[in-house]
Amino acid sequence: MKVGVVVFPGSNCDHDAYHAVKHVCGQEARFVWHKDADLSGLDAIILPGGFSYGDYLRTGAIARFSPVMGAVKEFAAQGGPVLGICNGFQILQEADLLPGAMLRNRTVKFLSQPVHVRVERDDTIATAGVPVGTVLTMPIAHGEGNFFMPDPELDRLEAAGQVVFRYVDAAGRLDDAANVNGSARAIAGVCNSSRNVVGLMPHPERASEGELGSADGRRIFEALIGSLVRA
Amino acid sequence: MTRARVYVTLKKSVFDPQGKTIHDALTSLGYSGVTDVRQGKFFEVSLDGVPADQARQTVEEIARKVLANPVIESYRVEVE
Repeated sequence: MKVGVVVFPGSNCDHDAYHAVKHVCGQEARFVWHKDADLSGLDAIILPGGFSYGDYLRTGAIARFSPVMGAVKEFAAQGGPVLGICNGFQILQEADLLPGAMLRNRTVKFLSQPVHVRVERDDTIATAGVPVGTVLTMPIAHGEGNFFMPDPELDRLEAAGQVVFRYVDAAGRLDDAANVNGSARAIAGVCNSSRNVVGLMPHPERASEGELGSADGRRIFEALIGSLVRA
Repeated sequence: MTRARVYVTLKKSVFDPQGKTIHDALTSLGYSGVTDVRQGKFFEVSLDGVPADQARQTVEEIARKVLANPVIESYRVEVE
């Protein structure tokens, strides 16, 4: 199986994601330039973190008009697994592939620190095989990660089981202090209704080997690869 | 040449961390009469070769599709 890592101008976690897939998990991977709309031969797509197009206008707002995004939409519509990390998550929101929008962090500061997130669903392409309630430690690095949706829509999102990760304390408990960016209902990651498109703000690729301080992120890549094996 | 102005603002129900920070700063500067600040974006869009009646429609479309994110923002278009 082969994983495509999309490269936008301003992506800066593309090589990390590629490394995690290829060298940590031992799977084939290739980069996909944002002007390239050909995803043939790929079994999964990762939209990596970074600052696509300098995050001008809004995070992800320009990147979603890249030629590759039409192909990603089609890929997702056919059930292909798509994982968006940080800026990749924001691009998927702007492209209407994932719900919600990101506001500036409530502290108005760029936050670069490890966080704990709790797995809320084990039936998505990024969490299959990771038991609900598992606490993963991974870094965040963003200025706009304050997840927002109007309350009635949040209720529908929760009822549909589309909240995949929440910010928690080390023991896995919801705690306002642990929700560092102020996200609505401490949401750190969501999926689409078909569960094949997942976005999260923390960086699993920066926590995929012990040398990086945590290997918890590797479980997300393993889940993604596992979802391909079963498909 | 037609000029249009687009104002993009956060919806009333959406918390504005930047506006709050500015408000806090104004309060500490002694502007005690200021009760709230909301930050938004302002765009000047120049169009050439577009008839005036179409300009509004075009700019409205640009505002809806690109300049504003309808999940969190509203927009207003003025055409000269």
